[in-house]
Amino acid sequence: MRNRLPIIRGLAAACCVGGMLYGGPALMAQSGDGTFSNPARFVPKDGERLYQSSCQACHMPAGEGAAGAAAYPALAKNRKLRTARYITSVVTNGQRAMPPFGPMLDDEQVAAVVNYVRSHFGNDYTDAVTAAEVKAVRR
Amino acid sequence: MTSNASPGAPLRRRDLLKLIGGVAGTTAMYQAMTALGLHAESRYRGPIALDGNPKGASVVVLGAGLAGLVAALELRKAGYTVRVLEYQDRAGGRCWTVRGGDRYTELGGFDQTCEFDRDLYLNPGPWRIPSHHFAVMDYCRRLGVGLEPFMQVNHNAYLHAKNAFGGVPQRYRHLRADFAGGVAELLAKATSQQQLDETLSAGDKELLLAALRNFGALDENYRYKAGRAASDRRGYAKDPGGGLTAEPVDSEPIPFRSILDSRVWQRLADGDSYYHHNAIFQPIGGMDMIARAFTREVGDVIRYGARVTDIKQSAAGVTVAYTDRASGVTSTASADWCVCTIPLSVLSQIAIDVATPMAKAINAVPYSPAFKVGLQFGRRFWEQDEHIYGGISYTDLPINQISYPSCGYGSAGKGVLLAGYTFGVHAYEFASLSPKERITKAVEYGAQIHPQYGAEFENGFSVAWHRVPWLLGCSGAWTDAMRAEHYEHLCAIDGRILLAGEHASYIPAWQEGAILSSLDAVERLHRRVIST
Repeated sequence: MRNRLPIIRGLAAACCVGGMLYGGPALMAQSGDGTFSNPARFVPKDGERLYQSSCQACHMPAGEGAAGAAAYPALAKNRKLRTARYITSVVTNGQRAMPPFGPMLDDEQVAAVVNYVRSHFGNDYTDAVTAAEVKAVRR
Repeated sequence: MTSNASPGAPLRRRDLLKLIGGVAGTTAMYQAMTALGLHAESRYRGPIALDGNPKGASVVVLGAGLAGLVAALELRKAGYTVRVLEYQDRAGGRCWTVRGGDRYTELGGFDQTCEFDRDLYLNPGPWRIPSHHFAVMDYCRRLGVGLEPFMQVNHNAYLHAKNAFGGVPQRYRHLRADFAGGVAELLAKATSQQQLDETLSAGDKELLLAALRNFGALDENYRYKAGRAASDRRGYAKDPGGGLTAEPVDSEPIPFRSILDSRVWQRLADGDSYYHHNAIFQPIGGMDMIARAFTREVGDVIRYGARVTDIKQSAAGVTVAYTDRASGVTSTASADWCVCTIPLSVLSQIAIDVATPMAKAINAVPYSPAFKVGLQFGRRFWEQDEHIYGGISYTDLPINQISYPSCGYGSAGKGVLLAGYTFGVHAYEFASLSPKERITKAVEYGAQIHPQYGAEFENGFSVAWHRVPWLLGCSGAWTDAMRAEHYEHLCAIDGRILLAGEHASYIPAWQEGAILSSLDAVERLHRRVIST
């Protein structure tokens, strides 16, 4: 039998402490909404939650992008997003070092996150991408 | 080298190899070893011998990770004038160790300061060295980097699945023994019931049954059940002792059906991976001991804090433009040749003067995600309460695995666990969180395996590789199709430029790949130089 400690002690307290210690006011809050559930495929269906659990790792919480030895392009006010098919293909099939997200998202999810990015962060494109259009760009 | 075989005595194999090595050099010795069936595992041929005079040729090496450091060391030794440009203020690249006091700002401006106690550390990148990674092993030996065993498989660690066994972690030794026992019993049954008669002769059957009994710890009736044979594999309910009340009590195996249903068998073979076989090692004190050892050799030719912006070549040589990160001043470095070890995730954004096939290859490779988090605890409860000394517990929670330190066993002080190491979707999800939220999540998940987390957690440090400013990813994620189209172009000599690094190897993300790639590039470059 497994040798378990008899008492489960104040985990919640430890988590709260962890939550208070870090971060600065200048930094945009990042959502940790508990989407963790599947190692192979993203679970959320809506664009915002998908953005917050994948895209913002690199393109940052406000779509501002980031630069080090190389850069992640800003998605905020990005005129390349005007062509829906282009951004749909980049998300689905990847581009240069950016991995393809097609294998981890279904067509509806790709459409949802593309439509979210194209209508937020200072982008105002109204021609929504459909799941059928995503399917068409899959390689 | 002299042979100690006396005239007339039969030549032993080792002496023969020494003889060949002494007369014809290490390459011939290697070929002879291969012919004798030795050293077939690795492409490493021992220290390279760059014979011939480079006649004052110069090389600019881009990047001071292991590939760049190896190139610098070997080329300088062969007589080249070498310069290295490195983006960071330290050498080693992914060969990196984080210790207390280290400050790290990831992309997006998120800061962390490591609060680990003295002598505790996290290797955010590579953390173990298989003994068949001969190149890494040999450089450690040559540069005096001390190694200690890395406990890959610990039979007393856990396998855990949130929806199996009531969420209670199970000892690896139980699952390992019981799964083998269950498989052996089933196969023995099929054999005894003549179901395999088409494939087995009567003699084979007898042998197979004997083998299965041994393999699965079956009893004399080919059953796997509680008893001395099973306890000898999985452990006892009450271990044998001494004196009075010393008699052991056998343990009860987990039903085979439950193990099948649990899906935890997915992790049973992790230690059987070629890359995880015993013996496997780690540098004493942290992986960056390798980087430090190289830096002692070639640190004087490394220009730190240099961001490469442009790589140009002509018939006369290579000119690399770089910006000093502190001052913003742009300079150039010129050389006859360039060994570029910059990761493709970064190189694909730098202007580089190469022909279309190599340019396409540079742009072809996506970079995989990976995430590691180290947590410090007030005491080594995994040892004190659970008798887990090193090794890895696996879980289907997003943290994926918990690795216990393979050093400092039994020490009374604090300890740091690798409290999460994950890939794929979960790595993106962790990367998307702020450093503080990652720690919160890692504590929350880990506490489902070790309830002591609650009382003992002190601080943590995480690295999400897509947020590493000098890498923007973990490693090159080649597919077979990509390799077929681009790999040879990536590794070819383009005019005066060669690429090297784990991305130019068939061992992605392993230091061995970076070193072998670099040695191969350096050898080809040298042949070109001395033949012109």
